[in-house]
Amino acid sequence: MKMQSPLQTDGAGTIPNPFMYKVNKTIGNAQDFLKKIAKHPSVVGGFIVILIYLLVAIFAPWIAPHSPVKGDLLNRIAPPAWMEGGSWEHILGTDQQGMDLLSRIIYGTRVSLAVGLLVTAISVVFGTMLGLMAGYFRGWFDSMVSRFADLLLAFPFLIFAIGVMAFIGPGFINLVFALSFKGWVEFFRIARGEVMGEKPKEYVEAAKSLGRSRFAIMVSEILPNIIHSILVLATLRLGYMMIMESSLSFLGLGIQPPTPAWGSMIASGRDYILNAWWLSTFPGIALLILVLAINLFGEGLRDLLDPRLKTKY
Amino acid sequence: MRSIKILERILVAIPIMLGVALIVFFFMRLTPGDPVDMMMGNAGNVTQEEIDNIRSELGLDQPLHVQLVDYVKGLLRGDLGTSYKKKEAVSTLIAETIGATVELALAAALFALLVGIPIGVYSAVKQNSWIDRLGMGGAFFGISVPPFWLGIVLILIFSVNLGWFPVKGRLDFDVHIQTITGLYLVDSLITLNWKGFTNALSHLVLPAITLGAAMAAIIARVVRSSMLEALSMDYISLARAKGLSEWRVVIQHALRNALIPTVTVAGLEVGAILGGNMLVETVFGWPGIGRLVVEGIFNRDYPLVQGVVMLYAVIFVLVNLIVDIIYTFVNPRIRM
Repeated sequence: MKMQSPLQTDGAGTIPNPFMYKVNKTIGNAQDFLKKIAKHPSVVGGFIVILIYLLVAIFAPWIAPHSPVKGDLLNRIAPPAWMEGGSWEHILGTDQQGMDLLSRIIYGTRVSLAVGLLVTAISVVFGTMLGLMAGYFRGWFDSMVSRFADLLLAFPFLIFAIGVMAFIGPGFINLVFALSFKGWVEFFRIARGEVMGEKPKEYVEAAKSLGRSRFAIMVSEILPNIIHSILVLATLRLGYMMIMESSLSFLGLGIQPPTPAWGSMIASGRDYILNAWWLSTFPGIALLILVLAINLFGEGLRDLLDPRLKTKY
Repeated sequence: MRSIKILERILVAIPIMLGVALIVFFFMRLTPGDPVDMMMGNAGNVTQEEIDNIRSELGLDQPLHVQLVDYVKGLLRGDLGTSYKKKEAVSTLIAETIGATVELALAAALFALLVGIPIGVYSAVKQNSWIDRLGMGGAFFGISVPPFWLGIVLILIFSVNLGWFPVKGRLDFDVHIQTITGLYLVDSLITLNWKGFTNALSHLVLPAITLGAAMAAIIARVVRSSMLEALSMDYISLARAKGLSEWRVVIQHALRNALIPTVTVAGLEVGAILGGNMLVETVFGWPGIGRLVVEGIFNRDYPLVQGVVMLYAVIFVLVNLIVDIIYTFVNPRIRM
């Protein structure tokens, strides 16, 4: 998997073109790649489930049978349809304020995906950018950012997020800030390490001798060669960020009710655990299936693109 | 050579802890609102003079860098500040609740090791068998499941429906244990309090499983992959060729080497246990540090929250320092 030289790309047995120093390991031969993916049912299966969740999030207003925030006070804590006293009007029952559980779960998809994707995207961009520069320039910039990263690593993730949220207060933007503030570190570390491995290679030397700027070398030469590791890590972190979001919402530090977030729904259902098991159970199942799918997809992608990561994540 | 290596690690940990204190201090300053207003709460009849007195008592009238130095000096003396709400030293509040948290964390770690290592070993030895698939499927589930939800589901199944375990708390109201170490299982054994022991144990089972599940899953996966690697090594073939029993080959030769990466992973997972205990203590009404903090958050008791965050970061750094040191002992490649 690891390229020794950029000249090894030619699989057809012809003499490689020495000027073809730019190599894209990720895409390679698109057809071969698709064939490989087809052999990993976990990647395909995980992807399909993620896609379904994305569609549910986007089309929530059309799919949800009821409003997620309007309660029917005459119909509180109704059981799911298949239980005694349940009706098909509220398939998964209603909560303590008479709000339709299924509709809230459907809208909750938006919060989890939005926070997860946004935090991961911010972390990837900042972490990769800083990692590229630190690994390429080294020197004072590298030691400064690396020391700061070490400091952030000294905090357990959830403790750090709880601490930050306790101080800056709950809410969507604050939540994204708290999780991204620490989330970039792992992308920084992996990008930095990869850049230091790539920098001495011939294609970088070639680009330098062609007089390309340092910025151009970093972004258009090195980045395409390390992006696969970052993408794999991003997928694996996405599910984790969603668990973090729901954990904070569960503690009352994240998304606040009545906005439907799975974590806060599980928390409020906990008060009715003795007589309404469905209130906490179903939002958790929605979260579990999504995280399972993301992890299946991520681990399949890792085995395909970057098996070396297996020992690390 | 080894002692130099260890000394080096300890020296690296010191600036990290100082930096941690700096970050915590910085975030404390981000707090919206004046800390004295927070302390006084809604008490309306406070004069400006009284407020000024409290300000100078807390050192809040000093310039920021003086406050920082005082803060770090206090930390070195073990002074984590004073709780706004309970008007007690944060360190005292922590001391009162730490026994419950340590007992839960140890039980969770024990559960994780006792479940994770055998599953990992067995899955590696019987690679691709149905047991391997089942074990790894379970481990995959374990790393994906949100811990707080797992706790609620366990309560629903085993407490509410089956009635095997209590729903919440650490001890029934009518059961008493004389506190010696703060760990109820140990204390009840020392005082030969059998009723206390079984009662404490029945309260501990579900929270420990909930908190340990993710760690068990990760350990099972790491042990399996390092066992597979170890089992393919030449020294295993040699051990088999010598006619050693399969049991000795697997346990004494392969597992001993496979445990080296496991130690590192287990150390990092302590961070997850520290964070997870906030969630699990909330779910199970466990009277430990985690619940103390969650209460503190809702009371806007910033010194309390900040003190515990600081404590957890220090514990995390120390645990990983210890893991690094253990690592230099168990890994023959580092020994020089």
